[in-house]
Amino acid sequence: MLLPCKLQKFDMGTLNPLWFFVKKSMTVALFGITISDRFATVYSLTGTSMSPTFTTSSPGFPGYLKGDIVLVEKFCLEKYKFSRGDVIAFKSPSDHKREFVKRLIALPGDWMQISDTSDILKIPEGHCWVEGDNKEFSLDSRHFGPIPLGLVQGRVTHIIWPPQRISKVERKVAMERVRST
Amino acid sequence: MSTAGSRIASFLRGAAARFGKVPWREIREDAFERAALVLKAACFVHVVNAYVVGIAFVRPSSTVRGPSMLPTINLTGDVVAVERVSPRWGSLAVGDVVILLSPENPRKTVAKRVLGLEGDAVTFVIDPARGSAFQTVVVVLVYLLQVPEGHVWVQGDNIYSSRDSRQFGPVPYGLIQGRAFCKVWPPEAVGLIGQKL
Repeated sequence: MLLPCKLQKFDMGTLNPLWFFVKKSMTVALFGITISDRFATVYSLTGTSMSPTFTTSSPGFPGYLKGDIVLVEKFCLEKYKFSRGDVIAFKSPSDHKREFVKRLIALPGDWMQISDTSDILKIPEGHCWVEGDNKEFSLDSRHFGPIPLGLVQGRVTHIIWPPQRISKVERKVAMERVRST
Repeated sequence: MSTAGSRIASFLRGAAARFGKVPWREIREDAFERAALVLKAACFVHVVNAYVVGIAFVRPSSTVRGPSMLPTINLTGDVVAVERVSPRWGSLAVGDVVILLSPENPRKTVAKRVLGLEGDAVTFVIDPARGSAFQTVVVVLVYLLQVPEGHVWVQGDNIYSSRDSRQFGPVPYGLIQGRAFCKVWPPEAVGLIGQKL
């Protein structure tokens, strides 16, 4: 007895390897889920709405490894603090099971010009305007309007795969179309 | 002088020897085991809270807002149990009380009742306080709209003091954080939160 309150260790006569494996996997799964929900996670991107910023894969394994894999950080969700030009991941307003990755163009309270028309729109409080970099092939706020910030699931910070494309995702601000108050 | 010096030296030698005898490796292993256990417990709590069932406090300023759900949920002091399975499975029904992030401020969590799912037609009156039975001419503005795909229509039970879909429109389903199914505090109010249409 080295210390007064040492942790009681189980002494299994015949160590059951299956039980050991199950316990370890449960622990790893718990850690993984918590980290992925609260700190950072990785996404494999599909679709062409964000080229050339991201090049994407075809769905289905091994397609996931041919496209870009990105790191999505969740620290920004603490205070919902974003900057114009960030690339964010959010739940689709028309289908909560699907997530999109687009660039955030305007924050709440901004006045912005919807491209190609002369309409000026004020972004309501609690909402933001998102657009894909590849304008012709992107389904974004030009179709479904400003989205509530509560739908945002994280901010894309780095591309981590393939190795030749490892880089930080840059912020691109559309100064000519957005006027902040 | 020399005896004092040699006493100090022998004291230091003794202290160094005792220091070396402390079972540092066991202490370190013990500390790691305990820290790992605490981390595992914290992760377990997070997973249960996010995917199975959680607790929500009703407070006037921060999390779940006050008077909009009277008399179902009190102004302050109530604690409700929120289950996370139904929204994920898409098995919410009209009449459920849900906890959702406010579309006007994502840092605010509000509790409201679902009165329409996607595709449903909802009718609502703006400003019911203005209507009065004693007025000879009663002008009532009744709106009718269809809830768009992927959205829900929410209203507070206390229609006189609630900011809900009548002000900010149908909300996307993705804002819903859980379904409040049971009150757990105060003890005299413990019970299931019923459906009301």
